[in-house]
Amino acid sequence: MKKFFIGFAFVSLLIAGVLSYFASGDPDGLDKTVEDTGIAEHAQEHPFAGSAFADYALGGDDKFTGLAGVLGVIVVLAVSFSLFWFLRKRSPQTDLAD
Amino acid sequence: MHMSDGLLNAPVSVAFLVIAAMGVGFALVKARADLDDRTAPMAGLVATFIFAVQMINFPILPGASGHLLGGALAAILVGPYVGALCVTIVLVVQALLFADGGLTALGANVTNMALIGTATGFVVALALRRLAQRGKGGLAAVAFVSAFVNTVVAATGFVVEYAIGGAGGVEIGKVALLMWGLHALIGIGEGLITAVTVTSVASIRPDLVYLLRGTKKPLEVRS
Repeated sequence: MKKFFIGFAFVSLLIAGVLSYFASGDPDGLDKTVEDTGIAEHAQEHPFAGSAFADYALGGDDKFTGLAGVLGVIVVLAVSFSLFWFLRKRSPQTDLAD
Repeated sequence: MHMSDGLLNAPVSVAFLVIAAMGVGFALVKARADLDDRTAPMAGLVATFIFAVQMINFPILPGASGHLLGGALAAILVGPYVGALCVTIVLVVQALLFADGGLTALGANVTNMALIGTATGFVVALALRRLAQRGKGGLAAVAFVSAFVNTVVAATGFVVEYAIGGAGGVEIGKVALLMWGLHALIGIGEGLITAVTVTSVASIRPDLVYLLRGTKKPLEVRS
């Protein structure tokens, strides 16, 4: 039962922590669109652009992308698990609820 | 597909913050019914997986890339309401922790990727549910198509927002053509990732696939 959940979490860690180094650095579809049309000139710098993990790095150093990814996985898992666990139906007869 | 601040004017940004807040509030209310001791952990893992895969930009053309949005993936695995919350959490963490996606633009980004993307993916998947129940190939096809449509429609969200109040006054046809062209290509990647993910989960734990839920018996009986 639990094996699947642990495996799923491990896959996410592997993707964010290791595979992330192989991601393309080119602009994505929206960025490419706003760059090619000149809309990007109106883009403002992100208020947190100078923060520690901005752009999935550590202090602007891309070598730590994997670390940023692992941190993100932990934070997203903690936030989402807490929210969904709090929201869930707590009735003991969950098998009847379906 | 995370837009920075400043691409949309202030009133439109605020309007979409309100729209996003209403949509997420609605999802929070409706999600309860889909969450129990088994599906709540699954939902957390789906959000986590989407975050991880969104880090992987794949090349689509020389000088352009794309990444998973995750709406259809989330909707198929955990349903539209929980799914919208999964993508929202990802976008909020990305904006606050990684400076990815603007803060005033967060409303529009949530609207496009979490609300429009997930809703579109779910509607398409639901319409093709019979095909999805016909085994792995059918499920893969449904996942691919709903993810492709979710990408293109989410991209259309930006086109509409830009038409209402975008900065720079670029001709909307030009914006639309670029967005649709690029996101048709990204949609193929989104479709492949979604198909592989959904069929992998279905082959190990079909009970955790929202779209297949309640279909076990008719499937066995082959009615």
